Amino acid sequence: MNDIHIQQDAEDAHDNAYAGLLSNDAHWAFGTDFEDPLAGVDTTIPDGLDAAELAQYCLMLGDDALVYAHRLSEWTSRAPDLEEDIAIANLALDLVGQARLLLARAAAADSSIVPVLPEGSPVPDEDRLAFFREAGDFRNVRLAETPNGDFAELVTRLLVLSTWRLAIFERLVGHPDAVVSAIAAKGVKELAYHRDFAGRWFVTLAGGTSESRRRLTDAMRAVWPLIPELGEGTDTERTVGVDPAAVALEVGVVLDQVLAVGGMTAPDVPGLARVRGRAGRQGMHSEALSRMLAEMQVVARAHPRGRW
Amino acid sequence: MQVDEAPLEKAFDATIGAGDRIEPRDWMPEKYRQTLIRQVAQHAHSEIIGMQPEGNWITRAPSLRRKAVLLAKVQDEAGHGLYLYSATETLGVSRDELTRRLIEGKQKYSSIFNYPTLTYADVGSIGWLVDGAAICNQVPLCRTSYGPYGRAMIRICKEESFHQRQGYELLMTMMRGTDEQRAMVQESVNRFWWPALMMFGPPDGDSPNTAQSMEWGIKRHTNDELRQRFVDMSVPQAEALGVTFPDPELQWNEERGSYDFGEPDWDEFWQVVKGNGPCNTQRIAHRKAAYDDGAWVREAALAFAAKARADEND
Repeated sequence: MNDIHIQQDAEDAHDNAYAGLLSNDAHWAFGTDFEDPLAGVDTTIPDGLDAAELAQYCLMLGDDALVYAHRLSEWTSRAPDLEEDIAIANLALDLVGQARLLLARAAAADSSIVPVLPEGSPVPDEDRLAFFREAGDFRNVRLAETPNGDFAELVTRLLVLSTWRLAIFERLVGHPDAVVSAIAAKGVKELAYHRDFAGRWFVTLAGGTSESRRRLTDAMRAVWPLIPELGEGTDTERTVGVDPAAVALEVGVVLDQVLAVGGMTAPDVPGLARVRGRAGRQGMHSEALSRMLAEMQVVARAHPRGRW
Repeated sequence: MQVDEAPLEKAFDATIGAGDRIEPRDWMPEKYRQTLIRQVAQHAHSEIIGMQPEGNWITRAPSLRRKAVLLAKVQDEAGHGLYLYSATETLGVSRDELTRRLIEGKQKYSSIFNYPTLTYADVGSIGWLVDGAAICNQVPLCRTSYGPYGRAMIRICKEESFHQRQGYELLMTMMRGTDEQRAMVQESVNRFWWPALMMFGPPDGDSPNTAQSMEWGIKRHTNDELRQRFVDMSVPQAEALGVTFPDPELQWNEERGSYDFGEPDWDEFWQVVKGNGPCNTQRIAHRKAAYDDGAWVREAALAFAAKARADEND
């Protein structure tokens, strides 16, 4: 009987936006029509891979993506122009997508890392990991969590993180775990775009005005101290993933090329110290992360049995 | 030399009368051009300002799937703003100029975005009710007389209808959740119902621009007609969802074949329109900050492009 009440002009019928609102057809947005991002994927761990180590490795890569996606998403409605607003949202969307797959992969490899919620909670594993872990359990590098600066800082940080992540993902395409390999194959295309976006803007700002060049110089001074941490791998990365030290040279060459085109020089600054040998990968973060998580997790944590 | 505009105006009237489109290079009366600039710019500004109330919840989205959906939605709004600013550029006014008019308060945007978003359920209510009301207003505009606007609206309406369903789906999912979530949905619907009805504008008797806009084919239905259509569509959707609307006068009228409903608070409406809504100042300050903070980037891009052109010419 509901349909009787829905009136429409015959002339509007062909593009009536309401047609089908109450029906359940499959026209939902990309990436939103399923609950489990690994549905239908064989998650058996190949022989010779340590499942717990693989889970930790996926957490590292997943947390880098989740945390930096959050910083990028903070730019929404604040970018210098509409085209950049749209582009930055794309970057964040790609990284949220990578985070979903990697966190789901981590949970499937080792369920003991997934926070326990009240019995009967419908919260999926990827969200338990994203929203119910404490800052000290996050495994992202500190460069991913640094609070946003200006657009020059966005461009510089994105250039560094995407160049580094792309180099690692290119190698992970050949990973023995079919899930990680597939995630990497998808991610390589996305990260190549991220690096391209950052590289173009880096060169533009370098060659733009004295003001843009000054801001880019400041941004490099802020970002560069966090680069050494990217190359200091952990045993987990060396055992079940890609040793970041093995890509450091390639990353350096790419960055040098971009800097050279822009006529910029890398600042001579020391790497940020570790705390008793620990940094982001060991759960030793900056003050900014717990504040970010307080915001990111607030709604999910208020509803541990919630359905979204 | 004085051009005799009478034959041009006659041809213009004939085009409108036949239901055909006016295109950017066609002659058009200056008042038609100005009315269109006002309407399309106001629509573009609404998309851009509309990014803020929903963007307010991106960093707090309670699941990664919802975060992706919301990011994509707010991104679509930026895209809609982009097409609409492009449509106004065909009328001879730049995006930069329009942005300045918005920031200086010389052009308006939809008043609905001057209401705050206070819970995550508001993301769903905005999709269902606000985008739903916007679609009611906008679907007829797909056949509006100005070509670039009509074509932009076809694409926008498709995406808006998609957003509306996403919003409705969020609320539907929350209604299957906990008691607290159901209460959150009802409270949000209570807050957005009346502002959504106000989106159709003042009652026909108080809408000075309606008659001329309808004659020109820029507007195709009166405010009250569209409002009634929206109420008639929304009531069965609310029943399916399991929520009520905060209107004791809402009831089916067999004779009219429509729902009777109460009067929105028009005093509140005019206060918000005139700039005294809960978020007017905040929304414009946010937009101005983004525009001002980005000025050096836009200047750098222009300077870089100019240098590249100069190098080519050397």
